[in-house]
Amino acid sequence: MLTLQCPYCGVWAEETELHAEGEAHLKRFGPGSDDEAFEAYLFMRENPKGVHFERWRHSNGCGKFFHAARSTTTLEVFGTYPAQTLEPPQEIKDKISAKYPGWSWREFA
Amino acid sequence: MSNVVSALNGVSRSGIAVVEETGLRGMVTVRGDLASKAMGKALKDVIGAGVPEVRQISSGDKGAVAWMSPDELLVICDHGAADEVVAALNAALAGAHVLVVNVSDARAVFKVSGQSARDVIAKVAPVDLAPEAFEVGMMRRTRFAQVPAAFWMNANESFEVICFRSVAQYVFDLLAVASAEGSEVGFFN
Ligand SMILES: [Zn+2]
Repeated sequence: MLTLQCPYCGVWAEETELHAEGEAHLKRFGPGSDDEAFEAYLFMRENPKGVHFERWRHSNGCGKFFHAARSTTTLEVFGTYPAQTLEPPQEIKDKISAKYPGWSWREFA
Repeated sequence: MSNVVSALNGVSRSGIAVVEETGLRGMVTVRGDLASKAMGKALKDVIGAGVPEVRQISSGDKGAVAWMSPDELLVICDHGAADEVVAALNAALAGAHVLVVNVSDARAVFKVSGQSARDVIAKVAPVDLAPEAFEVGMMRRTRFAQVPAAFWMNANESFEVICFRSVAQYVFDLLAVASAEGSEVGFFN
């Protein structure tokens, strides 16, 4: 059972109190962007074996969206953080680096 | 004036715990900047309660105020007072970016009491109900089996549960089964 701490209300919520909301840190390309950027925004997703950044929603709770950094192979959770950010906090990146030196995910490393 | 009735007409069932629909309750959703001075003053003036800390419920002479999310509170008061509370809060918060709505009739309220109350709640919600983990003064939004619900605990270790009125029957049936005679777990008592 996956347990994530909601960074807004502090609850250690088990998976069934949450809803998975796909990949984190997507940059939106809407009207006016070129087709390739729009297609990438809509369809192109990371599918890593290892470090991954996801968006979750505390749907049966405070209702807020947040981000989680975890490993898709070990299910280790490196941390959760509020969604009002464009990149993972340094502290979480450091935690990942300690475990997976040289990791990278999209533009983050 | 229409005859206002609660969802299940005060139904109750008793087994290892007593489950009862408490009847009509005033509930007012307040959204806005919880840290603002205006919010603190408005709640103090209208309800007599302070802005609750994260996941807490505070009480005053005219009701209670529960923390729902970083920008949302739930004021709990007498059913008949809800419209006045909305008007008073709107007046006190005039000019601020807020939303104050009477949601009383969209909800149902249940009380779960008795020695096994903690066990009964723990059967249906993914929440740590150990005495050291869940105490008086806390407010917990979660799910009860398949539907959203929230609860807090009174001083006598009885629980008050709120849910949407549309699922009142489901929640009552669920709690009735969870508190059926002979279904003791004995984990918390
Ligand atoms: Zn939350």
